[in-house]
Amino acid sequence: MADKVLMKGNEAIAEAAIIAGCRHYFGYPITPQTEVAAYMAKKMPKIGGTFLQAESEIAAINMVYGVSSAGKRVMTSSSSPGISLKGEGLSYLAGADLPAFVVNVQRGGPGLGGIQPSQSDYFQSTRGGGHGDYRMIVYAPASVQEMASLTVKAFESADKYRMTAMILADGTMGQMMEPVDLDALKVNPAPEKPWATTGTDMKREHNIINSLYLKPEELEKVNFERYERYKTVEANEVMYEEYLMDDAEICVAAFGIAARVSKNAINVARAKGIKVGMIRPITLWPFPKDVFKKAAEKAHTFISVELSMGQMIEDVKLSTECKANYVLCNRVGGMIPLPEQVLECIENAAKGEQK
Amino acid sequence: MKTTEYLFAGFGGQGILFAGKFAAYKGLIENKQVSWLPSYGPEMRGGTASCSVIIGDEPVGSPIVSKPDVLIAMNLPSLDRYEDSVVPGGMIFADSSLIERKVKRDDVKVFYIPATKLADENGIGKLANMIIVGKILKEMDEYNEESVIAALKKVVSAKHADMLDINLKAIKTGFEN
Repeated sequence: MADKVLMKGNEAIAEAAIIAGCRHYFGYPITPQTEVAAYMAKKMPKIGGTFLQAESEIAAINMVYGVSSAGKRVMTSSSSPGISLKGEGLSYLAGADLPAFVVNVQRGGPGLGGIQPSQSDYFQSTRGGGHGDYRMIVYAPASVQEMASLTVKAFESADKYRMTAMILADGTMGQMMEPVDLDALKVNPAPEKPWATTGTDMKREHNIINSLYLKPEELEKVNFERYERYKTVEANEVMYEEYLMDDAEICVAAFGIAARVSKNAINVARAKGIKVGMIRPITLWPFPKDVFKKAAEKAHTFISVELSMGQMIEDVKLSTECKANYVLCNRVGGMIPLPEQVLECIENAAKGEQK
Repeated sequence: MKTTEYLFAGFGGQGILFAGKFAAYKGLIENKQVSWLPSYGPEMRGGTASCSVIIGDEPVGSPIVSKPDVLIAMNLPSLDRYEDSVVPGGMIFADSSLIERKVKRDDVKVFYIPATKLADENGIGKLANMIIVGKILKEMDEYNEESVIAALKKVVSAKHADMLDINLKAIKTGFEN
């Protein structure tokens, strides 16, 4: 049996990326994700990989663009303000249909904000961040094991759909240590990439990686085609966890650290006889719309627990067609809701229904 | 066994995170479910440091300890800040060589141990943290030499393997006092 190890979430991402075959890391330090870069700085030179601390976040994301164009698995990581800087590059990656793996270990914002945990980049990652019509597959891990397993998954789905896959974590997930089983990670090798700019050997036409289309008819066509691809992502890649949802009349919606806190509250509420459960989206895009829609057949109230001013709650409302009651249970700025706060929201929802 | 939530707190540089990491690894080696969450940021650069450690038989929910069963206070600001958060019937371990006042509450078990003084007297330098760990293991009846040594091997890096014995000595010193 493998030796059990405790790892920080940030380190688990870095090691899982290496296991997934990533040999190129570009980044710029920022709390609370710096351990990703530190781990890569230590490991990459020993395995023939590249670790490069770029002169800025913008440079780092464009280095990702370059390596991805050459067909290799590549990543960058940062935290909220740094991800904003990468926004332009994320849009160009989407416009050029390049696979990439990007990590955002969120901190409080807006602006330079703070360095404590946050989930307030939900809109940024699920709605855009850069300009233009595009999507990213967004994974929200809730344990260190998932930080590792979703990293592997992200590399694979990025390659499969030729798009950016992002891990949207937060300071808690990045900094906490839990047992990790790295041997459990199953990796599929990267697929053939006939589109990559790897040299023609005078045997084929040149491959061109570009996001510039001056003829509107052409640009419209690639946008339509890209969205057909996004439809298959929505059909195939949705991930979520249901917790005690079978008879739930109150449904908590939470991801990442908020889901961990909520689980404590739900267990206490259940012991008091309240029929409450949780849907934990693991992919934030594509959002698990159908499971929420189904939950609304039984649940009268949805409580969105977020470390933001209420971002995911919009997707919960959309998925359930605004038919239920909605409650936002939140803390922001680096603060984290306590289980007691979530429990209070659950109890109020239970009382409200009795009236 | 129920889940035990620990909060280790003190100055940066007192080995707060290290002591917590040892406790988490000992739990892991004993096939428990564990989590370890440090404070991070400005307080790491001097000022207060703390870490939340949860050890139990059930999978850990929230890794944030807001109501500790066991508080380890290695300085006065930590005792001032966290004393009231300990659950009734919980335990407080205080380094009495650095904290002059007594714990005000009477609904918790309190253990005063002059860890920093003991470390100086026994030539174990800065390992007051592990002396307190030894005391905890004794009072909670959690001492098991095999897993203590195995956990030390996990947290003392290979580069500093010579520090293993002195860490063990510190734990034993705490255990005997």
